Amino acid sequence: MSDNKTTLDFREFRERIGDIRGKEYWRSLEDLSRGADFEELLQEEFPRQSAPLANGVHRRDFMKLMSASIALAGAASCTAPSGNSEKIVPYVRQPEDLIPGKPLFFATAMPLAGYTTGVLAESHMGRPTKIEGNPDHPSSLGGTDAYMQASILGLYDPDRSQVVRTFGETRTWSDFIGALQPVLKEAAVNGAGLRLLTQTITSPTLGAAIAKLVAQYPGMQWHQWEPVSGDNAREGLRAAFGGYVNAVYHFDKANVVVTLDSDFMSDGPGHVRYSRDFSTRRRVRHGETKSINRMYAIESSPTSTGSIADHRLPVRPSQIEGYARAIAAGLGIAAAGATTEHADWIGGVVRDLQRNHGAAVVVAGDDQPPAVHQLAMAINQAIGAIGTTVSITDSAEVSPVNQLESLRRLVTDMNAGAVKALIMFGGNPIFDAPADFNFRSAFEKVPFRAHLSLYYDETSMLSHWHIPETHYLETWGDGRGHDGTITIQQPLIAPLYNGRSAIEVIGAMAGGMDQSPYDAVRAYWMANGANELLWRKWLNDGVIANSALPARSASASTAIPAPAAQPSGGFELRIAHDPNIYDGRFANNGWLQELPKPQTKITWENVLLLSPKSANDIGFGDQERDDLFNEKHTLLADLTFHGRTIRVPVWVVPGMPDNVATIHFGYGRKHGGKIAAERSDFTPGGVDVYPIRFSDALHGGAGAQIKLVRSEGTYPIGCTQEHQSINPKDVGGDRGIIRSATFDEYQRNPHFVQGEGEGHEGTGETAEADASMYPKYEYPGHAWAMVIDTSVCTGCNGCVIACQSENNISIVGKEEVVREREMHWLRIDRYYKGSPENPEVYHQPVPCMQCENAPCEPVCPVEATSHSGEGLNDMTYNRCVGTRYCSNNCPYKVRRFNFFHYADYDTPSLKPMRNPDVTVRTRGVMEKCTYCVQRINAAKIAAEIDGEKGRRVRDGEVTTACQQACPSEAITFGDMNDPTSRVAALKKEPANYALLQDLNTRPRTTYLGAIRNPNPEIRG
Amino acid sequence: MAQIFHRSTNTLSRVTIFGAVFIAGFVLWVIGGIVRSPYVTNQGIAREQPVPFSHQHHVGGLGIDCRYCHTSVEKSNFAGVPPTQTCMNCHAQIWTNAELLAPVRNSFANNTPIRWERVHRLPDFVHFNHSIHINKGIGCASCHGRIDRMNLTYQASPLTMDWCLSCHRAPEKYVRPRSEVFNMAYVAKDQEKQGPELVRAYNIQKLTSCSTCHY
Amino acid sequence: MAHKDETPVHEVRPVTQEVRVPERYLPTPTIEPGHSYASITDHISTIVLRKKTPIGWFVGFGISLILVSVLTASIGKLVFVGVGIWGINHPAGWGMDIINFVWWIGIGHAGTLISAILLLLRQEWRTSINRFAEAMTLFAVASAGLYPALHTGRPWYDFWLFPYPNTMSLWPQFRSPLMWDVFAVSTYATVSALFWYVGLIPDLATLRDRSTNIVARKIYGMAALGWRGSAKHWYRYESAYLLLAGLSTPLVLSVHTIVSFDFAVAQIPGWHATFFPPYFVAGAVFAGFAMVLTLAIPARKFLKLEDFITMKHLENMGKVMMATGLIVFYSYVIEAFFAYYSGNVYERYMWLNRATGPYKHMYYALIVCNGLAPNLMWFKRFRTSPAMLLVTAMFANVGMWLERFVIIPTSLHRDFLPSSWGMYHGTIWDWGMYIGSMGLFLFLLFLFLRFLPMISIFEIRTMLPEAQAAHGEEH
Repeated sequence: MSDNKTTLDFREFRERIGDIRGKEYWRSLEDLSRGADFEELLQEEFPRQSAPLANGVHRRDFMKLMSASIALAGAASCTAPSGNSEKIVPYVRQPEDLIPGKPLFFATAMPLAGYTTGVLAESHMGRPTKIEGNPDHPSSLGGTDAYMQASILGLYDPDRSQVVRTFGETRTWSDFIGALQPVLKEAAVNGAGLRLLTQTITSPTLGAAIAKLVAQYPGMQWHQWEPVSGDNAREGLRAAFGGYVNAVYHFDKANVVVTLDSDFMSDGPGHVRYSRDFSTRRRVRHGETKSINRMYAIESSPTSTGSIADHRLPVRPSQIEGYARAIAAGLGIAAAGATTEHADWIGGVVRDLQRNHGAAVVVAGDDQPPAVHQLAMAINQAIGAIGTTVSITDSAEVSPVNQLESLRRLVTDMNAGAVKALIMFGGNPIFDAPADFNFRSAFEKVPFRAHLSLYYDETSMLSHWHIPETHYLETWGDGRGHDGTITIQQPLIAPLYNGRSAIEVIGAMAGGMDQSPYDAVRAYWMANGANELLWRKWLNDGVIANSALPARSASASTAIPAPAAQPSGGFELRIAHDPNIYDGRFANNGWLQELPKPQTKITWENVLLLSPKSANDIGFGDQERDDLFNEKHTLLADLTFHGRTIRVPVWVVPGMPDNVATIHFGYGRKHGGKIAAERSDFTPGGVDVYPIRFSDALHGGAGAQIKLVRSEGTYPIGCTQEHQSINPKDVGGDRGIIRSATFDEYQRNPHFVQGEGEGHEGTGETAEADASMYPKYEYPGHAWAMVIDTSVCTGCNGCVIACQSENNISIVGKEEVVREREMHWLRIDRYYKGSPENPEVYHQPVPCMQCENAPCEPVCPVEATSHSGEGLNDMTYNRCVGTRYCSNNCPYKVRRFNFFHYADYDTPSLKPMRNPDVTVRTRGVMEKCTYCVQRINAAKIAAEIDGEKGRRVRDGEVTTACQQACPSEAITFGDMNDPTSRVAALKKEPANYALLQDLNTRPRTTYLGAIRNPNPEIRG
Repeated sequence: MAQIFHRSTNTLSRVTIFGAVFIAGFVLWVIGGIVRSPYVTNQGIAREQPVPFSHQHHVGGLGIDCRYCHTSVEKSNFAGVPPTQTCMNCHAQIWTNAELLAPVRNSFANNTPIRWERVHRLPDFVHFNHSIHINKGIGCASCHGRIDRMNLTYQASPLTMDWCLSCHRAPEKYVRPRSEVFNMAYVAKDQEKQGPELVRAYNIQKLTSCSTCHY
Repeated sequence: MAHKDETPVHEVRPVTQEVRVPERYLPTPTIEPGHSYASITDHISTIVLRKKTPIGWFVGFGISLILVSVLTASIGKLVFVGVGIWGINHPAGWGMDIINFVWWIGIGHAGTLISAILLLLRQEWRTSINRFAEAMTLFAVASAGLYPALHTGRPWYDFWLFPYPNTMSLWPQFRSPLMWDVFAVSTYATVSALFWYVGLIPDLATLRDRSTNIVARKIYGMAALGWRGSAKHWYRYESAYLLLAGLSTPLVLSVHTIVSFDFAVAQIPGWHATFFPPYFVAGAVFAGFAMVLTLAIPARKFLKLEDFITMKHLENMGKVMMATGLIVFYSYVIEAFFAYYSGNVYERYMWLNRATGPYKHMYYALIVCNGLAPNLMWFKRFRTSPAMLLVTAMFANVGMWLERFVIIPTSLHRDFLPSSWGMYHGTIWDWGMYIGSMGLFLFLLFLFLRFLPMISIFEIRTMLPEAQAAHGEEH
């Protein structure tokens, strides 16, 4: 395999440092990378680079050395000490601000689909280990989503491309520059043949650079393409406001929210901020909260947003427009083609919107046609939302275009042979271009194709030149947030795999000279209002103050286009991007692959989602389904759309509209990493959906045929929770797991959580609560506790990955998930209430409950799990022999066992990623949530050594990883013994209840009952 | 019929039967001894270092404070091993040509770190923090012994878990005034009296939860 | 050599021959007529001492050897790869490992019960089966011992379960039932081994004296610890044997009581029940007798021991089997009643799940095997038919395995939070381990049959009418 040849071979280097423990080893990186013997290694590794080394270390090469050294480092980290010798390798000259053993935090920004979200990256001895949200950044406010949390794994991903390649042959950057010259020469004469294909770009620096390039090569054209298309929104808003604009929502100001197939809490720019804003109006605090917001969701498949809506209407995608028109009509907008269904429902919504003039908002989903967006804005206009709950700004993109048309033009020109050279920044069009474009055949007509990307993927393989791209934590850059706020993206580490950034490539195209991203970004901003002081401040804060795009006075046109003809026949297919691996770009990220999807809890693949009735219609009966799903198996079906057929596993989700089939694209990668493509034990399932994604039906459409395939037998599905209903009849009685009430009920009886379930009185503080054979524990110092507010949890999974990243949790692969051995310490349980056609959905994050009467503790024969002085159920990995008795006896089943040696001790590049403060668990050992005890201890020590007598840890000084990540601030953690702490206050909330409290386990983790706010005018 | 065993067999059998008990006991006792011996704990074993650095000379002789080199001992979990820079602060002036110091000079000249042999080793699943111990009045010497008398540095204590617990369970036996923490020669006058007082004064908790060190 | 003054064979007349009463009213004898001290000694010791080993033995032994190699393979894979090769998961942390452990331990109960309790109760019919049952006990305990030792994630640290002075200054968790298991099982193994061995000594001496091969004589001689059969020896022997019987009697109850605590102490619905100890002990005796029958009936046939293991033995064992079987069945009923009567959601669902859940077939099979099958023993016709006894015993063996399956995975796979419910399926390695442990059991058993007297020679001789007579005079 060519990969092996081109990959850094760490072996001999590891031999030299084999006996070094990563933790110490880190202190020496820079020095080591300048070491003489390192140069020898490097000459073996990069023969071509050895020249510049001879005459002094050139910056570029220094970066390479650094990167290699980082990748080589920690080769022996996280293993128990072995052998008799271990080295400490101190600095030669120690950096000023660095205290050995203490992490540093740097502000930077993560770009996704062009838009950036501010993050704080934790750096241990020069290596980033954890991503947190940047509280100062408007798109984050401290919250993070799963993508951001998982990006740290993306950085260290050993499968990332590491060298410049020509059809698999190793080349160098300078080779590429050389090959580029004739192309540029020709372009200088006639730039028309030179094309740029990028993803969405908001980066001012990059924008300016491209503009300069266009000026330099007249006629050169710039195309943009994102498979997760924002065109509908662009065009809809354009139609509404005449010109490309950006809509920024303010859910914190909205009493009423109506979504038209929009999952604004987990999709699109600013979704992290949006969940935060929404939750501020949803949280109920006794005595304080006078009213909470209300959300109506009209959607064509279950979404996180819809799952916490107060009213949810599952309809076919094509029907959404009809409902939008109905609402518009109700508000006196001339909109023909209004639906007549659910008149009272619509009526209720309309009246609610009118009642809340200026404090309501309607949001349309990106997969809905422009007309719906236009309608939404017309409605917003009518209810006085524009300027209050929606602000319209200039587009944050450098050059907003209709990307589908942009790509179409490129394809036409390529076919016409008009394209002489195609330079691609990221993206993977060979994999994700619309099927009817036949992108590949057009692509291969281009005589010069260069692709800059993180992985050697489908497109790279067919390009003359592939250049490894830098990860956002490796290079300088900038970008805009959802509201236009600009962040300078600063690197935490030198490129691990000598990658290049788009800025460098453009630099090369512009002058061929080697311009560093740092110089470029800094130069741009120095020319645009920065000075040394400001620059430092921007870097420090992670945002450029007041750089958000100003809201402009706008009014949406109410001229609504005539309704399109209602499609009909067969199933209506909905093609949407995957909630975990997005458009496929995260396909090689094991954390995201193994993450249970918010609604289906399925890992490692995509499935065809149907409603129970639809499943019956295609001959997949209830009984058969129950039996198969119970065994984590299902049947395959042939999905035919526009004459093309793919074979997909069928899955059923309550709350799907009938006669609708939803499938997510992004899976079925052929190349681009061991996890993405079928080349390892982590082989994901998953089907490539792009072959049935056509430019005239990017988001699906009517006329899909589904035929069950029984010939192939059943198919295993890595589903971590098959839809368990908790209807008393199914589970032997009311277990009081989820407790909910409407806001009105709550106001009448704030103590609604009590008496729910059989024998679930109170919050565990009942008389018999102290009944225990064993002496009661005293907690003189701290008493750590957690409260999770189920009212605001959307099940977005941010916390799950945050936990995985913070606690070095392994992934296990699909096969093991099917065997029910996933390792997530924190899982999000999802329960349904009511009819399977349109049930209420409740999310319940379940970490370790840290019981005071813990069932796990007395049964461990070796005291590997024991009670701490602060009420934690300590899990001592190194003492565990693995009887699994504790897990059996845990009523919450939150303990996780290493059935095999799941932790990767071998891959060198993964070692630096690990959190040095958390032991990496070995085979045969039990593990579980510890309330991030490493953070607790760090905070306690910091407080203890603060001043003469030390002091108590203050509230908020310890935040668990899950709490820190949660976009909607559903998780509160702190010291129960501190009466002023937020957690102590929440424990006093009447809606506070403990899970399974009748078992008298006295959990430290408790929940606030879910409070919804349905409109009394609407029944059901 | 003919005897198949000699008379002596009787004695032999008795001896083996009763002997077995003692033999088993002895074997266990030996094993117990081995796991506590320096052979396993590395206690008292001086290590070969790239530069034969003598604490005896620098601390005992010249009286350099611990913190001059181990800068982060009061702030961080890691005491810090001095960068070559620190050595050169003095050795740029004195012993500039000493053969022994060649490695230091080379390190400084070509930016190659000195690779010291680690003397005190804990497994990765033990999280030890220097700063808290220093700030709570546990002297360097309490764990590291009379460093100031060590020519080549060795591990003075067994570093076994019960050794750690001996103090975590009864800190009053070992705590000393903060002022004396870095004093190698310190001997407590009246520990029975002063110990508990200091424990109160420094608000020292008996930390014996597993998660104090293991997580 | 003991008892030089043997009465000649021809003078022996069975007492019952004088009175002419119909056959069926006669008490079934514990030893068939027509035997003398000599004939007994001959018959049993020749099984061991004969030069030529019957081909059948080799066949059986060969098969057991193959199974043992399966065991070795399974253990090898287990230790090198991890317990993940088994079907266990979350939520079912225990599966066939513990099922088989309990199954074997249960089987290991008959021996001590028969030897000790029946001895103390002066149930003389035990004498011809106790040696056999004790051996069986030992081998069963050996097979059982494999599982707790190997089911841990890191077996090489199992020694942490023993309280010993260590450099971590840590004790094991004495509150944990697994801890109690360690003591219970090891004690039981030790005592039953001693009991068995002490019982063997006089016979070892007999073998020593009768064998012609010098090596055999040396080996038996060493094992016999210089037994000469003097009055002094007999006196010490009797007291030691009684003492051990007294010692092991409570163990019969304690071991399985404590094993049952593994479950009863936990709070999983289906485990957390106060009636577990008696329920388990009864089950153990049931299983034990079933296994004795399963092995004794063929052995009796092939080794021509009908005269010593008579219909009376089989019949009595059948009765015990039924009695204990009914207790076990009663426990199932009680379990269901508790589930209903407690009004507890989880308990109620536990039983619902057993009866209607994905493993309902297991449950109904269990009822058939342990609930219905033993009732055949009401009828003398079946009690006295070796074939039917064997069938019933087989039902019991299977049933007891099913019982543990129903208790362990079926309780674990659906406990409190529906979100964490799952399924459990044994893998090929689970079965390999199980079959393998049977192999180990048979392997040891065949060795025993070949090299040691499977029936206590000297004790059976005391069963002879004249011995009985002599015995009678003493009292």
